[in-house]
Amino acid sequence: MTDAILTDTPRSVSDAQAAGRFLIIASTVLLCVWVLVPIYLLAVNTLSSPQEVSGFPKSGVPSFDFGSVQFFVSFAGVARALWNSVVVAVLTMVLSIGLGAPAGYALTRFDFPGKEAFRMLVVMTRAFPLPLLALPLAVMFIRVGLDDTALGLALVHTVLAIPFAVLITFSIFSGIPIELEEAAWTLGCNRWQAFQKVVLPLVLPGITASAVFAFTISWNEVFAAAVLTIENRTLTAFLVQNLNVSPLHLKFAGGAALVIPALIFIFAVRKYLFSMWGIANR
Amino acid sequence: MAEILIKNVAKSFGSFKALHSIDLEIADQEFMVLLGASGCGKTTLLRIVAGLETPTQGEVWIGGRRVDHLPPRERGIAMVFQNYAVFPHLTVFENIAFGLRMKKLPQADIDRRVTRTAELMHIEQLLKRYSGQLSGGQRQRVAVARALAMEPDVILMDEPLSNLDALLRLEMRAELKGVLAASKTTTIYVTHDQVEAMSLADRISVMNQGRIVQAATPVEVYRNPAARFVGSFIGNPPMNFIPAMKAGEGKWTVAGITIDGPRAGRDRLDFAIRPEDVDVAPGGLKATARVVEPLGAHTLVTTDIEGAMFRAVLDSDIRVSPGDELSLVPKPDRVRWFDPETTAAV
Repeated sequence: MTDAILTDTPRSVSDAQAAGRFLIIASTVLLCVWVLVPIYLLAVNTLSSPQEVSGFPKSGVPSFDFGSVQFFVSFAGVARALWNSVVVAVLTMVLSIGLGAPAGYALTRFDFPGKEAFRMLVVMTRAFPLPLLALPLAVMFIRVGLDDTALGLALVHTVLAIPFAVLITFSIFSGIPIELEEAAWTLGCNRWQAFQKVVLPLVLPGITASAVFAFTISWNEVFAAAVLTIENRTLTAFLVQNLNVSPLHLKFAGGAALVIPALIFIFAVRKYLFSMWGIANR
Repeated sequence: MAEILIKNVAKSFGSFKALHSIDLEIADQEFMVLLGASGCGKTTLLRIVAGLETPTQGEVWIGGRRVDHLPPRERGIAMVFQNYAVFPHLTVFENIAFGLRMKKLPQADIDRRVTRTAELMHIEQLLKRYSGQLSGGQRQRVAVARALAMEPDVILMDEPLSNLDALLRLEMRAELKGVLAASKTTTIYVTHDQVEAMSLADRISVMNQGRIVQAATPVEVYRNPAARFVGSFIGNPPMNFIPAMKAGEGKWTVAGITIDGPRAGRDRLDFAIRPEDVDVAPGGLKATARVVEPLGAHTLVTTDIEGAMFRAVLDSDIRVSPGDELSLVPKPDRVRWFDPETTAAV
């Protein structure tokens, strides 16, 4: 018995710490690989010549052949689809912030009946799969003449983006103490002036981030875009339609054209996206 | 001239009555402290005067003008908040200038007033900094300077010192008193700290459960509490209370001895005395010492009189040890009487 007690020495805390550290590093590496490898393959293949893309073995290093990219850019309809994507995404951004930010402010500052139900409902809009809504929407849009227009598609994208816009701006506004506004009121501001001079400068970075997020949601959305537009296709819908009949190297170029703007935007606002979801990033 | 008149003001939050019919007059240039435990309604009353809260009923007048329907900016007030509310995106200079810019004063006037109030609050070397680069005490100074720069009729302060450490609080307290007296503004100051209230106030309004129990000068509030609550809330250690039985016309039996008291039409009253208002002499209240705490200038003795706790502050030359029998004679002119049912002073 004494032997058992003697051999059962406690393991040092540093052992447990080392194991924990290994787990964290391993998961970090896994997550990075998960995200980075596809992007890397996309980048390599986009920047390689068509022969290299379909050939074997792969060098794994881009040869900086811009053939595929050049061909893709000059491909008929790409420029127009790109322009449509930008228009729809900008409209979505403006609409979802224009509607979502006031809702976020109201959720933060006012008590009204049905506040909790409203918060729930906002999220519930994401509970309906788009394919379910696509057909009725298409019929309705044709009736009111919104079919195949940038505005019509932007409206659908706004519905997709608004829950994020409301909840993100809600958390941003919640981070501004009400006393700051009250202090502004006692110093001569009316409600609007206090918002403009005190709240707005403080939330602007966060609002910008959530606007960019809405932009990205629209930019990446393909299903509604493919169903609701025919002539005025956005880039995603256009690529889905055309690329499955295109050679491999063109698919890579198209993929890169979709991923890179989204990546750049998210990278630019990453700090705010992190703080939005309550992860300390300082 | 900015006297404040609060008439029959009440406030309910749903079914909770935060304030019951408050009537209060505050004279021009008076320093009025609202004192009470947390949740007593003192901050609500201050916010009603500021216009940040709407009263359920009643009127608020500032300087002869009815203001309860006006927004804060039209009331001629400035407010200092408990957490300072210094704008983080503006420099100290711009914080102090904020209200002046809203008034559209010429730049030269703004510069002059900001510089003057900054000097007054000793923050002239901080004018270019942002709130994030300031300590709590410095932020407090900025908040006060911002209010003073407005040259308001009334300054409202909501526990402005409660977030500072003890030493800084003491220093700021003395400074605030000087600065506010010199500014000749009417001040309402909310605090739960009785020492702060006593040291700053011209008058103290002691609040309890949504009512003003007593509004009087600090010495009056201390010496002649209007209700048992005031006596037990103000003073550290608080007043002692002993039940008394009627022994005759104007005579009352208190813990076995007879004391002259009021000719009240009641059989029972509560006898009350401050701990420092008893002397050790023969023929007094029989007390058994339980805890003896020498505090230097005097000694705090916690005793037992007929099973009830009784605190006495005695001269530190008097030697007492736990278990000693003491005879404590109350100073006749300091004895107070309270009605046990209404708790009001008799």
